[in-house]
Amino acid sequence: MSIECRFHIVRSDFVLDVDLLLPSTGVTAIFGPSGSGKTTFLRALAGLENNEGYLKVGDVIWQDEKHFVPTHRRSIGYVFQEASLFEQLNVKDNIEYGFKRSIDADQSVMHRAIILLQIEHLLERRTSELSGGERQRVAIARALSLGPKMLLMDEPLASLDEQHKKEILPFLERLHAELEIPMIYVTHSVDEVAHLADQLILLDEGRVIGNGKISEVLTRLDLSLAHGERAASLIQAKVGEHDEHYNLTTIDFSGGQFFVPRKQLPVGCDVRLRVEARDVSLTVERQSDTSILNILPAIVDEISDENDAQVIVRLKVGDDLLLSCVTKKSADLLQLQQGKKIYAQIKSVALL
Amino acid sequence: MLNEYDLSALIVTLKLASISTLILLIIGTPLAWWLANSKWKLKPLVEALIALPLILPPTVLGFYLLISLGPHGVVGGAMQWLGAQPLAFTFAGLVIGSVIYSMPFVVQPLQNAFAAIGTRPMEVAATLRATPMDRFFTVAMPLARTGFVTAAVLGFAHTVGEFGVVLMIGGNIPGETQVLSIAIYDHVEALEYGNAHILAGGLLLASFIMLVVVYSLNRHFSLLQRSDR
Repeated sequence: MSIECRFHIVRSDFVLDVDLLLPSTGVTAIFGPSGSGKTTFLRALAGLENNEGYLKVGDVIWQDEKHFVPTHRRSIGYVFQEASLFEQLNVKDNIEYGFKRSIDADQSVMHRAIILLQIEHLLERRTSELSGGERQRVAIARALSLGPKMLLMDEPLASLDEQHKKEILPFLERLHAELEIPMIYVTHSVDEVAHLADQLILLDEGRVIGNGKISEVLTRLDLSLAHGERAASLIQAKVGEHDEHYNLTTIDFSGGQFFVPRKQLPVGCDVRLRVEARDVSLTVERQSDTSILNILPAIVDEISDENDAQVIVRLKVGDDLLLSCVTKKSADLLQLQQGKKIYAQIKSVALL
Repeated sequence: MLNEYDLSALIVTLKLASISTLILLIIGTPLAWWLANSKWKLKPLVEALIALPLILPPTVLGFYLLISLGPHGVVGGAMQWLGAQPLAFTFAGLVIGSVIYSMPFVVQPLQNAFAAIGTRPMEVAATLRATPMDRFFTVAMPLARTGFVTAAVLGFAHTVGEFGVVLMIGGNIPGETQVLSIAIYDHVEALEYGNAHILAGGLLLASFIMLVVVYSLNRHFSLLQRSDR
């Protein structure tokens, strides 16, 4: 099931102009600063905006010049920024409101949603008795219980404080792992993108400026995400083995292995690694007399100025990409240029 | 305590107020919903028209109603042509007058209540597969419940309190079109102050109680909503 969309939305203060083919599985993050049109785009997918455009989901046209399928007949689940539960209904009735009306709904899907979001004990509560995080979990379960063909999320964590964000994020990660339907996730948080997204669409002033696999978009040197203090690359990897003696865990990926302090994860389990550009240094020869364990052969792919003193280098390591931030002086001393074989020394790796 | 004459005035009044309120809620609800959501540029015209009875002397309204409902008026003439009675000096004529006269007291609280809901809950319901009609009955109406109580009580109380319009178009037919406010007037004219006291005092008390109910309900619900945050 592919999702093909072209929207041209003119508002008094901005214009959204997008032409996209959204992937039919996984999480697609729509990322951009506020006012970039992310929410408007999501609302257009849901049929909540009055706009011109074209939208085809699978074989069915939801919108073109002649047709406009209204929101209540679109097979979507929508999670709003604030939980927006119906205050006159309790938690169970909130979930059943949509469940009863959806032709795609299925008792087992609803039960799975309730269990996945761990809200069984909240079902009889009034919505006013819930915390912000609980409300958002109920709202997500309510959307999932519809049995939708796609899940649309509009900054579901934005209205929560840090603690509640941490509470919800694991649920979203489980959704990501277990959900068969595509999820379109609007956010302005790099952190959420790093944790959840497979695909990343970058919006700026109503235009798509980047679109692709998250590891590629994050390391595109012509985009702002690959620059600045928090520039980092993402690597999809698997837990290799545990070294009982040194209490280390090896993580395998296309370019070799990483050693990290021992993690309680089963062997073979999928993990996501985040490597910050400032934690990656470069050497021409493989160093043996260093305390750094993670040394990987790499090929310089692209170099771009970071500021007056530093450059940011994109490296190919196996099929994966790494960013490294080094001084211009080092870049000259090492004679860095595209295609050069070097070694990347990685000081620290974060498991997401 | 009430003589037969006053009792029939009370019954006519209650009947008139109940029927008028019911009709007002039926007409006023869709009208208020439309006013709360429409972006039509001529909307202020409609709003002004509905609000007119708030500032017009009731006699002005009553005068025009009398003319149009009478046998030579637009409505009355049409009724006569259809073989029906003209509406002036009938209970049905009073109901029409009351509905117009009390319209703003029903439409405005409803319009405010609908506007206060905003678009979000309706959008949420739409994403949960509710059709527009379904959304209105299951989301908008429950959320606007205070508006409905306020509208019903004010519409009822205001109809009970009308005088000028009734006098102009209803006349003073005991058991048919004579309402409490006019009975009080008659008592005073006849210097029957005791009877006037009973009716006037009763109306004062009843009106006061109805308003207390409205305001305490408003307070109750706004407190409830605040505790939801």
